[in-house]
Amino acid sequence: MLRETYQKEIDDILSRYPVRRSALIPLLYLAQQDNGYITEAAMIEIAGILKLTPPQVYETVTFYTMLNLKQVGKFHIQVCKSLMCALVGSDTVIDWIKQKLGINPGETTPDGLFTLTTVECLAACGTGPMMQINDDYYERLTEEKVGRILADLQSTGSCTLKTGSFMWPEPVTIRSEK
Amino acid sequence: MPKHEPILLKNMSQPGYTGSLPEYEKTGGYQALKNILGRVAPGDVTQMVIKSGLRGRGGAGFPTGVKWGFLPKDYHGPRYLCCNADESEPGTFKDRQLMERDPHQMLEGIVLTCYAIGAESAYIYIRGEFVLGAKILEQAIDEARRAGYIGKNIQGTGVTVEVWVHRGAGAYICGEETALLESLEGKRGLPRVKPPFPATHGLYNKPTVVNNVETLANLPHIINRGPEWFAAIGSPPKSTGTRVFCVSGHVKRPGNYEVPMGITFRELIYEHAGGMRSEKPLKAFIPGGASAPFLTPDHLDVKMDFESVAAAGSMLGSGGVTIMEEGTSMVWAALRLMEFFYHESCGKCSPCREGSSWLVQTMRRIVAKRGRAQDLETLTDLCKNIAGRTVCAFGDAEVAPIMSTLKHWRSEYLALIHEAEAADLIHPGLAVRGH
Repeated sequence: MLRETYQKEIDDILSRYPVRRSALIPLLYLAQQDNGYITEAAMIEIAGILKLTPPQVYETVTFYTMLNLKQVGKFHIQVCKSLMCALVGSDTVIDWIKQKLGINPGETTPDGLFTLTTVECLAACGTGPMMQINDDYYERLTEEKVGRILADLQSTGSCTLKTGSFMWPEPVTIRSEK
Repeated sequence: MPKHEPILLKNMSQPGYTGSLPEYEKTGGYQALKNILGRVAPGDVTQMVIKSGLRGRGGAGFPTGVKWGFLPKDYHGPRYLCCNADESEPGTFKDRQLMERDPHQMLEGIVLTCYAIGAESAYIYIRGEFVLGAKILEQAIDEARRAGYIGKNIQGTGVTVEVWVHRGAGAYICGEETALLESLEGKRGLPRVKPPFPATHGLYNKPTVVNNVETLANLPHIINRGPEWFAAIGSPPKSTGTRVFCVSGHVKRPGNYEVPMGITFRELIYEHAGGMRSEKPLKAFIPGGASAPFLTPDHLDVKMDFESVAAAGSMLGSGGVTIMEEGTSMVWAALRLMEFFYHESCGKCSPCREGSSWLVQTMRRIVAKRGRAQDLETLTDLCKNIAGRTVCAFGDAEVAPIMSTLKHWRSEYLALIHEAEAADLIHPGLAVRGH
């Protein structure tokens, strides 16, 4: 039950909105973070907290692509396939990942580690091709980088190649004019 | 090197600038807030913004101060500000940088706006994928609250402004302002029928202003340096100030470039973004995000302001400029964008919901060399029956790539169809078979 584990978080979320239903997506995120995906039990519990009917919760959940109703891998790889990334090679990136992991978009590796999905624009068009894995962006991808990211995640669970606070082009020290 | 002075990207362009509160304060941050709150009447702040000529940076380009002025003056209940940080227009990645690198610049703009419109609550609706951006904003809000720039009785003036970050969950349409409000209310992000407009019936049916991140980030500077200063930048009187243009595609140096409005596409592409990435010349470009019709090399000397780009048959939109080199298939490019719109159609209006599916199917058929001569008529007919016949502007946006590529590169469509027909003659039946 969410309420047992997250009462403080739930109260904090509810305090931000004058109308309870606004807390729906934040509570769904909480459920997803807790369990990896949103279960029927969680939807029913959230409906109870917000005084909604379970179908009202379900109709919202099914509208948004980031809310999962099914288990995904420990690392959810989402490769942008929109035009701006496609112009600079996102189809090739998808092929590399397919080859390295032996799965197609929409599939999960048998060990449950990686799920591959193709997605629409993630607002990193100037630094494509790019992908998001769980919460992190990985940009300006090359075959070598993709290999390292997957290997690092597999062995250590994290990878230093992820993008930090974003700026592109990066600030440069202005050189004195000759 | 560019001769203009950056405004919004100035702080973050200093190497080592992290966007923390002390650093922002050192650059003059929160001075505008101190000089305005409790000292200048809210209505006068709105007048300053009207005088500056600032127009919305999210896509539609509506005059910001005028939008604020639509709020009812005689209504004394709660009002809201929603910051549109849903940045989802393909080709656009400026708000992400503005939020992550200099969050206080935008937060100061939020407090100033709340003061001007009489709102005590602001919600930053940030796209769900920007997990890092949401974290950075929450930290910045905490910093600002501790320093007395956000919260109750700001700087002892009695003014209250609370700011919350609200994450979306993956839906392009939530960048449309009424869909954003629906989503913020915990519902499916379906745009509302207008009127009534958010100015009178917005969040929770209360008077509401929705402004883009970049729009809000401009406000401290307008206040500090005066509306006249701002109104003289760019392409006055109708396109004042700078824009952060996001350059993507086949250029040497893609990225965010802040320039005064009114420079030409040629300057942006060849001087700022370093020109084409190889010897292949420019073939086409999108001037303002995926919703903006494609333009050709003949349009390189068009000025980058709202009116000039509109006169050239497209729009400045969100500021996402995508460059395509010779050799790029325009039919393929239009299909990629059409697939995006098909995926993102919210499903409320039949012309858009059904039409986007038919457009994608027809375009896929043509690209797969299984098209027919009459397909071009079908495409045109579908586009004409979607644009202008939907609740929101999505319908107009989704037909832009196909209509504009059909206009400028019709021969490419015909070549693919001729190939299909020729293949059909040699191998009867082959051209209609699936993959």
